[in-house]
Amino acid sequence: MSAAGEVLEFGAGVPLSEQGPAPTRVVAGFGFWLFLLSDIILFSALFAAYAVLSGASADGPTAAELFDKKHVFLETLCLLASSVTCGFGALAVVRSDSRALYLWMIATLVLGAAFLRLEASEFARMVAAGAGPSHSAFLSAFFALVGTHGLHVTLGLAWLVIMLLQAATLGFQPMVARRFFCFALFWHALDIVWIGVFTIVYLGAH
Amino acid sequence: MHPQSVPQGRAPGVDSHEAHPGRSYLIGLAWALLLTLASFWAASTHSVYAPAVPVLLAVLAIAQMGVHLAFFLHISSAPDQANNFLALLFGLFISGLVVFGSLVIMTNLNHMMMPMDQLMQMQR
Amino acid sequence: MLGRLSLAAIPFDQPIVMVTCGTVGAVLVTVMALVTFKGWWPYLWREWITSVDHKRIGVMYMILALVMLVRGFSDAIMMRSQQALAAGHAAGYLPPEHFDQIFSAHGTIMIFFVAMPFVIGLMNFALPLQLGVRDVAFPMLNSVSFWLTAAGVLLVNLSLFVGEFARTGWLAYPPLSELAYSPGVGVDYYLWSLQISGLGTLLSGINLTTTILKLRAPGMGYMRMPVFCWTALASNLLIVAAFPVLTATFGMLLLDRYCGFHFFTNDLGGNPMMYINLIWIWGHPEVYILILPCFGVFSEVVATFSGKPLFGYRSMVLATMAICVLSFMVWLHHFFTMGASAGVNGFFGIMSMVIAVPTGVKVFNWLFTLYGGRVRFTVPIYWTLGFIVTFVIGGMTGVLQAIPPADFVLHNSLFLIAHFHNVIIGGVVFGVMAGYNYWFPKAFGFKLNEPLGKAVFWCWFVGFYLAFMPLYALGLMGATRRMQHYPNVHWQPLMVVAFCGAVVIFCGIALTVVQLAVSIRRRDRHRDLTGDPWDGRTLEWSMPSPPPAWNFTHLPRVEQPDAFWAAKQAAKSSQVPERPGYSGPIHMPRNTPIGIFIAFFAFILGFALIWRIDWLAVIGLVGALAVALRQFWQTGREVEIPAEEVAAFERPTMREAA
Repeated sequence: MSAAGEVLEFGAGVPLSEQGPAPTRVVAGFGFWLFLLSDIILFSALFAAYAVLSGASADGPTAAELFDKKHVFLETLCLLASSVTCGFGALAVVRSDSRALYLWMIATLVLGAAFLRLEASEFARMVAAGAGPSHSAFLSAFFALVGTHGLHVTLGLAWLVIMLLQAATLGFQPMVARRFFCFALFWHALDIVWIGVFTIVYLGAH
Repeated sequence: MHPQSVPQGRAPGVDSHEAHPGRSYLIGLAWALLLTLASFWAASTHSVYAPAVPVLLAVLAIAQMGVHLAFFLHISSAPDQANNFLALLFGLFISGLVVFGSLVIMTNLNHMMMPMDQLMQMQR
Repeated sequence: MLGRLSLAAIPFDQPIVMVTCGTVGAVLVTVMALVTFKGWWPYLWREWITSVDHKRIGVMYMILALVMLVRGFSDAIMMRSQQALAAGHAAGYLPPEHFDQIFSAHGTIMIFFVAMPFVIGLMNFALPLQLGVRDVAFPMLNSVSFWLTAAGVLLVNLSLFVGEFARTGWLAYPPLSELAYSPGVGVDYYLWSLQISGLGTLLSGINLTTTILKLRAPGMGYMRMPVFCWTALASNLLIVAAFPVLTATFGMLLLDRYCGFHFFTNDLGGNPMMYINLIWIWGHPEVYILILPCFGVFSEVVATFSGKPLFGYRSMVLATMAICVLSFMVWLHHFFTMGASAGVNGFFGIMSMVIAVPTGVKVFNWLFTLYGGRVRFTVPIYWTLGFIVTFVIGGMTGVLQAIPPADFVLHNSLFLIAHFHNVIIGGVVFGVMAGYNYWFPKAFGFKLNEPLGKAVFWCWFVGFYLAFMPLYALGLMGATRRMQHYPNVHWQPLMVVAFCGAVVIFCGIALTVVQLAVSIRRRDRHRDLTGDPWDGRTLEWSMPSPPPAWNFTHLPRVEQPDAFWAAKQAAKSSQVPERPGYSGPIHMPRNTPIGIFIAFFAFILGFALIWRIDWLAVIGLVGALAVALRQFWQTGREVEIPAEEVAAFERPTMREAA
């Protein structure tokens, strides 16, 4: 919000809350942060459903029978690494360093895609083994929770591709930089959700 | 050099006016790897008292989420992060209520349900 | 090719529906023809449809809500008349399948498409003005939110003419709402229209929370904000927290219906009780989302028309935030009878009683504000006094039902219906009407007709008591909700009284329309020339009526609460030098059609998913994404308002009457 073009000068000791409208960068970042928190609450509803229904396997395959810890460990490493590369990519945006940006963000893309590939193969294996989502409430809850996370990862990667195109066509103008910072927030938040997923869903399966 | 004051506080994460050293990501990565390995170990070890394993897993998970928040997202309780921090606390409070509230209530309801064989007899 | 859609979807065999269809169609065609004939389309497109101005969007929300009030109320009067007739062996005139859709549509429309838009519209209009800033945090997103709500409205109304609506009640409990027991399109209409408008609401919640926390005039710390802004903050925080749960729960039900999942089915491990648990985790905060801004309106109205500052500002703020947090800790009281143990029921019963305490604090603060003030009995004060009496009664019957053993008798009886209408009408409707009358002069530059406004109030007030007090009695006598007919003829006289009450309320609604028409006709007589028709206390009254698009030429410097009142006192008592006028141009966000375009494609997507028309769904999805991507690349998103235009509006912040 442009505050009538006037530069607002405040003496020392004026609390932040009395310094007038925040700059656009802060407004956009905070709004996106609120959106992320609402997304986390959406995941918490799915977690709640999973926690309640995880025992309801209706005489079908159970969690302990289906999940492969090594596979999950690999997925976790991919996502964690992609979070770090994303962080370096965001720092590249701060420096307006386009080479570093492409380097780190394409690394993020590759690692994220590897995560999705691993997850898709796990889903396919389960469905082929007669453990698809329509076979029990436990499986419905599993596919919904983990699938929603995977959908978020997919949409995130699509967004990243679009952002790289924006950087290529529009350069590092403030609007583009803001969006990269929001993407970084999104990507880190997805990794935080994944911590919950691998702990509760995969490691929690006795 | 003390940072320029930003009206209404900073946005979360990386800011265009200051760069956190890339070091924070490497430290975060190290801790996260350690905690991940610990979680996977805890899930299959026999050296921990079995009923305590879920608690251990929860603690490790929360710690790792904290690592992400601190080292990747740069959230702290500093005065210029107050809005972000409070919003996070609110979100966590609600998430906790949703998950634990639902668990408590649904466990209680399931426990109070008539056993299935008696329920099926009512059908006839 | 057309999925499940065919000509058989149109209910040719239902005369009431077909007559309604014809009437609505005729009205729409007439309105469109009038607009075309008068050449108003360019003006409407430029100034309203593509507007990103919070004031315009707020007005559009209110218009949408008012139109849907007519639809929701017609459902109500059909139910009242059916119940007045169908006693003993009489069958009434509405067959059960039709009656079930009517009560489901009534609740869905009144909560989601009347109450929510009214409240969001008021917040949209008033917040930036009270905060002393130019617009909300994300003006373009604001437009998207409004149009997504409108898309939801369109879908819900379409269900009347093409297909059917849900017969499951306004919350669509499974297993009835599962595919096995509701194989038709009704529940799908319900789910998709609410998912689409729910997205709009969530975005609105994010928008307004960010506005309140990050965009305030210089000097306006948190404890110098008007109380309406605090209640709006609490309400929007609740939106951000609760609506994702609704989205997730409806998402799970949709997965059950469309993809054969088993979240809430009877078989293969599904648990219908889980739906009820999750939906009420959303449902209880929802009612606080509705009432909190209305509490804020009453706070503003009471202070302004008593000529005194609001009593107990700090305790009001604390009470508001306490209600915000507590509203998430009471939800089980909606299903005491579902069978939880005494310990669990007791906990939530106690919490439900605890949440009445901060509300009581608020009521006492309003009363103490009125006490000792020179109260001007304007229309908003009428609504406020009516609210205080009515809402307290409704609150008491709520606390009564918070006691689990009492609720075991009263759950799902007409007593419950009477209670929630008591608090929603007495609280939300009265609050919205007060806000409407209070802020109308600011929005349009002239006041609403006072005598007609008072007539509207009396119709609603008397009508409410006539319509709902009998329901309390009937509930205690054992009458259940949602009855298409009932065997006990002794209940009929009370049902007839209730019907009369509905007729009186109808007069109130009709008179609202009349009041508006008369006020427009006589607007020159009621012009607001100073921008401050009520001798107000907060910043919105410091600007002309209506304000220019940019609200404030010069963002006000705030030093205390009731900033405008303080400025007026200072100007009266001393020679306060005028601040130098701002003389440059102002940049505002450009209008954009993205809102209506995205909503159009969302509507197409929703309709296609309901009728299982795959190719159309792809078009809807791709279209929405294409529009969004196009917007993503837009760089010239601001428009410059030239200095001369700004100067033409420039005036001192307070003006002595000449």
